[in-house]
Amino acid sequence: MGGTIRIGVDVGGTFTDFALALPNGIRTLKLPTTPDAPERAMLDGIARLLTQNGLAPTEIGGIVHGTTLATNAIIARQGARTALITTEGFRDVLAMGDEGRFDQYDIMIRKPEPLIPRWWRYGIPERIAADGEVLLPLDDAALAALAPRLRAEGIDSIAIGFLHAHANPLHEERAAKVLSRLLPGVALSLSSRISPEIGEYQRFSTTAANAYVQPLIAAYLDRLEAGLAIMGIAAPVFMFLSNGGLCHLDTARAFPIRLVESGPAGGAIFAASLARDLGEREILAFDMGGTTAKVCLIEDGIPRRSPTFEMAREHLFRHGSGLPARIPVIDLVEIGAGGGSIARVDDLRRLHVGPQSAGAMPGPACYARGGTAPAVTDANLVLGCLAPGDFESSGLAVDTSLAEGALVAGVGAQLGLNAEASAAAVIEVVDEQMAAAAREHAREKGVDLRTRLMIAFGGGGGIHGARIARRLGIDRVLVPSGAGIGSAIGFLLARAVFELGRTIAMPLDRFDPQQLNVLFAEMGAEAMALVSRAAPGAAQETRRTLILRYRGQGQTLSLPLDDGALVEGDAARLAEAFRAQYRQLYTLALDRIPVEIVGLTLRQAEIGTDRLNLTPLDRLQRDLPRQTALYDHDTGCAIAAKLTHRDALVRGRPVAGPALIKDYGTTIQVPAGHEATLIGGGHVLIARIAKE
Amino acid sequence: MQPRDEIRFQVIWSTLIALVEEQARTLMRTAFSPVVRDSGDLSAALFDRRGRMLAQAQTGTPGHVNSTVAAVPQMLAEIPAETLVAGDHLITNDPWIASGHLHDITICSPVFGPDGLIGYFACTCHQLDIGGRGQGTDAASVFEEGLAIPVMRLVRAGKVNEDLMRLLRANVRTPDEVEADVLSYVAANEASAATLVRALAALGLADLEAVGDEILLRSRAAMIAQIRALPRATASNAITMDAFGAPITIACTLTVAEDEIVIDFAGSSPSHPRGINLVYNYTNAYASFGARCIVGAAVPNNSGSLSAVRVVAPEGSILNVVRPNPVCARHIIGQFLPEAVLGCLAQIVPDRVPAEGAAGLWGIQLRGGPEVARHFPGNWKGPAWETLFFNAGGGGARPGIDGLSATAFPSGVRAMPVEVVESRSPVVLWKKELRPGSAGAGRYRGGFGQSIELATRDGAPVGLFAMFDRTTQRAQGRQGGDAGAIGSLHLASGAPLAPKGFQLIGPGERMCFHLPGGGGFGPVTNRDPAAIAADRRAGLLDGGADDTA
Repeated sequence: MGGTIRIGVDVGGTFTDFALALPNGIRTLKLPTTPDAPERAMLDGIARLLTQNGLAPTEIGGIVHGTTLATNAIIARQGARTALITTEGFRDVLAMGDEGRFDQYDIMIRKPEPLIPRWWRYGIPERIAADGEVLLPLDDAALAALAPRLRAEGIDSIAIGFLHAHANPLHEERAAKVLSRLLPGVALSLSSRISPEIGEYQRFSTTAANAYVQPLIAAYLDRLEAGLAIMGIAAPVFMFLSNGGLCHLDTARAFPIRLVESGPAGGAIFAASLARDLGEREILAFDMGGTTAKVCLIEDGIPRRSPTFEMAREHLFRHGSGLPARIPVIDLVEIGAGGGSIARVDDLRRLHVGPQSAGAMPGPACYARGGTAPAVTDANLVLGCLAPGDFESSGLAVDTSLAEGALVAGVGAQLGLNAEASAAAVIEVVDEQMAAAAREHAREKGVDLRTRLMIAFGGGGGIHGARIARRLGIDRVLVPSGAGIGSAIGFLLARAVFELGRTIAMPLDRFDPQQLNVLFAEMGAEAMALVSRAAPGAAQETRRTLILRYRGQGQTLSLPLDDGALVEGDAARLAEAFRAQYRQLYTLALDRIPVEIVGLTLRQAEIGTDRLNLTPLDRLQRDLPRQTALYDHDTGCAIAAKLTHRDALVRGRPVAGPALIKDYGTTIQVPAGHEATLIGGGHVLIARIAKE
Repeated sequence: MQPRDEIRFQVIWSTLIALVEEQARTLMRTAFSPVVRDSGDLSAALFDRRGRMLAQAQTGTPGHVNSTVAAVPQMLAEIPAETLVAGDHLITNDPWIASGHLHDITICSPVFGPDGLIGYFACTCHQLDIGGRGQGTDAASVFEEGLAIPVMRLVRAGKVNEDLMRLLRANVRTPDEVEADVLSYVAANEASAATLVRALAALGLADLEAVGDEILLRSRAAMIAQIRALPRATASNAITMDAFGAPITIACTLTVAEDEIVIDFAGSSPSHPRGINLVYNYTNAYASFGARCIVGAAVPNNSGSLSAVRVVAPEGSILNVVRPNPVCARHIIGQFLPEAVLGCLAQIVPDRVPAEGAAGLWGIQLRGGPEVARHFPGNWKGPAWETLFFNAGGGGARPGIDGLSATAFPSGVRAMPVEVVESRSPVVLWKKELRPGSAGAGRYRGGFGQSIELATRDGAPVGLFAMFDRTTQRAQGRQGGDAGAIGSLHLASGAPLAPKGFQLIGPGERMCFHLPGGGGFGPVTNRDPAAIAADRRAGLLDGGADDTA
C-alpha cells in the first residue's frame, strides 16, 4: 500500500479519530464528527495533522477510511428514494421476513420497517425455478411500462431481487439492462451480484440496504475525493470494509453495504496485528467505547468471521430485531455497555446498566450539559478511576458533584445506597454484563477463555479490562499504546481483501470437479480484479473453501482447499474430511446420510510486507499527584492507589496495584493483586500475581 | 444475600440460561427435521435431580416448551433415577407424557458429574413423519396416528438400542432422517451435559440443588408479586372455533387469586371423534403461556414461575382426553387457548391485552409420489416426498401499536424461505404476499394476513393435509376495534377446499390460501389519519388497489 506516511480515519457517531503513521511512530487526533457532512471533520483533521507535524500534502502516501455513514443512514432512515423490482407475487418479502417473533413473551415487540416501503415495491411477471430453469420469461413490456412511474416517483436507486436469482441471474441482468436504458443515472443493485446466495429474505434485505445507501455513499466519496484534491493530496484513498479488509473507492461505491460496522472491525484488526507482533496465539479482544463494548475472538492473528450481520436493531442488541445483511463481517459481539450507558433500577429493584446511552449530548451527568441520568463514566469518576483532569484535553469541565447527585437520585435512593456504593454497584453490574457477553460468545464458539490474553482498548478498555478479565479467569491483560483510537490504527494495518460466496447443491456422489473449478475461476477473477484495484501490483493470495453438510441438516462445515484444480478423486477425500470434522464436533458420524456440497467461498487478499511503527509520539502534558483515593470493591472503603503517567513507566520496573496509569486518551486501572509492566512497543501488560 | 454472593448467584443463573440457549442452537443446527432446523419447532431445557425445570431456551412453540416441564418427571416415574448410569438417554413420544402427539420425540438425558447425578437435559423436537396416516386430523384413534414409543432407553451406557432403531426405521416414511435426527438430539444433549459439568467445576459447585432452590423461589416470588399487582377478579370468556365439521366452544374462567392465577376450562366442548383433541399437558402448556405473556413476561420460564399459574381442564373434554382418543392435530385448538385466556385478562387489565389474532399457524403439509399418484390416471413418475412449511396470519392489534402482519402468535416458529421450500420439494409458490383488506380496522389496526398460491412444479397430483382454522370465526377486535377477515382456501379453478382433513389435489391444479387477519384495538374513528393514508398508499386497504397507480 505504498508510501510511508499514512493516515487512518475512523468517522464514528460521536468522534472522528485520526491516526497519522510516521516513520518514527503514531500521532493521534480526535475531533467531534460533523454528521451533516462527515468529510468536513475529516478534511479539517487531516489539515491539522499536516500543520502540526510540518508535512506537505504531497508527503501523504495513503489514506484509509472507515465510516459509520452507511450504518447511520440505515438507522436514521435517511437513505435514497429506493424501489424494489421483484418477482410478481412476492412484493412483501421484505416486510414479512421470517414471520417470527424474536421474543416469545413480549407481546409489544416492534419489527423493523423495511427500508423500501410497499408503494415502491413492484412485482414483475417472471419466474425462475430452484434449479435455475426459467418457468416464466421476464415480461420486458411490464418492466418498460414501470419506468415512467419510477421517474415520476423520483426514485434514484433501484434494488432488483428475483426469486432464485442466485441460481440464475439471467432475469436480473436483463431487467438491469432495460432499466439502465430507460432510467439513466439511477443506481442499480442486483441481488445476484450483491449477495448471490439462497434465501430470498436475506438476499433482498442485503440488496435493498445496498441500494438504499448507494447514492449517499457515492456522493460522499465524490465530495471527499474533491476535498482532498483541493488540499493537494494526491494519495490513494481506501475504504475499510466490515470484513477487516480494504477496497478501492469504486468497490465501495458498488458494494456500500459492505462498509457497515467497519469501525468495530478496525479495532479487531488492530488487536489481531498486535497479537501477531507479540506472538500470542489466542486472544480475547475487548473494545469499550462511549456507547457499546465489543468482544472478538482472535486465533493465530486472525479475527473470527461471520457471513451475516444484523443492521439497525429495533430492540437494541436483541438478536433478530434488526435487518439482516449477508455480508462478510468480523464476528464480534456488541453490547450496550459503554462510558455513556445509563444505570436505572426496575420495579423488582434490579439494577440495570444500558443499553440506553447518554451519548455525547447531553452525555453523562458529570459533563454538566443537562444530563441527569447516572452513566458509567459518572460512576468511574465517583470511585476515583477517572479525575476531572482526564477530560481537559477534550475541552470538558466535568463536575464530580453532579455525578454523585445523579447516582444517588437514580440508583441510591431506590436501593438505599450512598453515592460511592451506588457507583460501585453500577460498575459491578456493567462489568458482569460485559463478562457475560464474552462468556456466552466463547461458549457458543466452544472456546476456553481462561488461557487467553485479553487485549483491552477503546476509551474504557483500560479502566475495565483487568476487572472483567478477573471475572473470566483471564490472568493477563494488554492495554496497547494507541488504545484510545484502536480502530483508526487498525485501518492502517489492514490489507486489501475481498470475499465472495456462492450457493450450489451438489451431492458428493454426483461430484463435478469441473463445475466447481469453473465457479471458483469466475469468483477468483472477480475478486482479484477488485483487490488489484486497491493494491495494484501487490502479490495476492487466494483461499478457497467448500461448504459441506449432511443432506437435510442445517449444520455446515467448511473445508479449506489446497491450491490447484479439483479432480474426480477429491470426492472421497472430502467426504472423509467432513465426517472426521463432524465426529470431532458431535462425537458421532451419521454414516447412512449422504454428504453434499452447498456452497463455495473465496477470499482474495493482498499479501502485505510493510510494517507500521506504533510508537506513540503524543505525550501527556499534565502533572499528577503521586497517589489518589480509589474505591475498593472488596471492602467498600477508599484506599490509596499509586498514580502515574504511562510515559513515566520504565521497562523492568513493574507497578503493583492498586494503581492508575494515565495515558493519552485513556486510563489504565491496575487492581490489587495485579501488576503492570511496560513492554516493547509502549504497551502495558497487566498480570495477576495473587491467585484468589 | 451479600452483594458478592448476589452477583455470583446472578452469574450462575445467567450461565444456566445461556447453556439451554446453546442446547437449542445446537439442536437447530444438527436436526434433519426441517421444522426443527428452519422453523425452530423444538424445546430445550435443564432439570435438576428432582426433575424440576431450572432453565429453558426461548424457542419454538409454547406447546412444546411448557409440556416438557411435565414430561421429565413422568419419564422418571417410569424409569427411576437410581437405575440410570452415565451414557443413558431416555426417549418417548407418548402424547400423554410429553407434548400431546406422536410426532414430537422427547429425549431426556441424565447428566453425571464427579459426584454422581446432577440433573437432566431434555429436548422435544417435531418429526416430519412418524408413520401412520401422516400429520393430519383424520384418525379415529391414536393407534392410526403412527408409531408409539413408550418411555425407554434409546441409549444404554453409551450403546444405542439397535432393535429400537430398526423398529423406528421400519415404521416411518423417512427412515434415514428420523434416525439421524434422534441421534442428533442425543449428541446435542451430551454436548450440553459436558458444558454444564465444566461450568459447574469452574463455578465451584458440586450440584444444582441450592442454586435451583433459589432460582425457583425467586421466580415464583416474582410471579406472585406480579399477580398481586393485578386486581383480584374473576372473568369468563368463551370462544368458538371452526374445528372439524361443526364448531366447538372453548370456555374459560380465569381467577386472579392471592398467590396464583387459576384458569378453568369447565364448559368446553367434549372430546372430538377426529384427531384435534388435546391431552392435559398440552392444554396446560398453551393456557399458561397465555397468562405468562401478560403477567410476569420478564420472569424466566421454569418450574417456579409456572407454578404460579394453575390450569384445570375437565377430563373427557376436548382439552383433556384419555387414551385412545386421536390427538395428532392438537395444535389447531392449542394455539387458540391463549386467545381464550387473553379474553379473560382483557376484562381485568384492559390496557395490557391485545385483540384477537389469526392464532393458528397455517402449516401447509403436502404429500407427493406414488401414495398420491395411484389415485389418478396418467403415468406420474417421481419419488415419494413430504413437506411442511409454516405460514402466519395477522396478529391482533396491541394497546398503542398496530398488530404484526404475517407473524406467528402464540406459536414461536418461523417461516422457511420460499427458495428453500422449493429447493427441497417439487413445488412452486406463485404467490406469497400480504393480503390487503384482511386486517381489522381500529385506532390500532390488526396485522394483515397473507395470500399464498402454490402448485407442483410438473403438475403432478398432490395430497394436502388441511389443518386450518378461523375460516368461519373472525378474530375479534377489542374496545371498539373491528374484527379481522376470516381465512379461506380454494383451487384456482374455483372449487373450494375443506379447511380440515386430507384431500387429493388433481393434476395441474393450483391451490390458493388466504390467511386470516388480526382484530383491531379501539374505534377506527380515533385512528391517526396519516396511518390510514399510509396503509391506503401501500395498497393494503379494501381490495388492495394501489393508490399510486
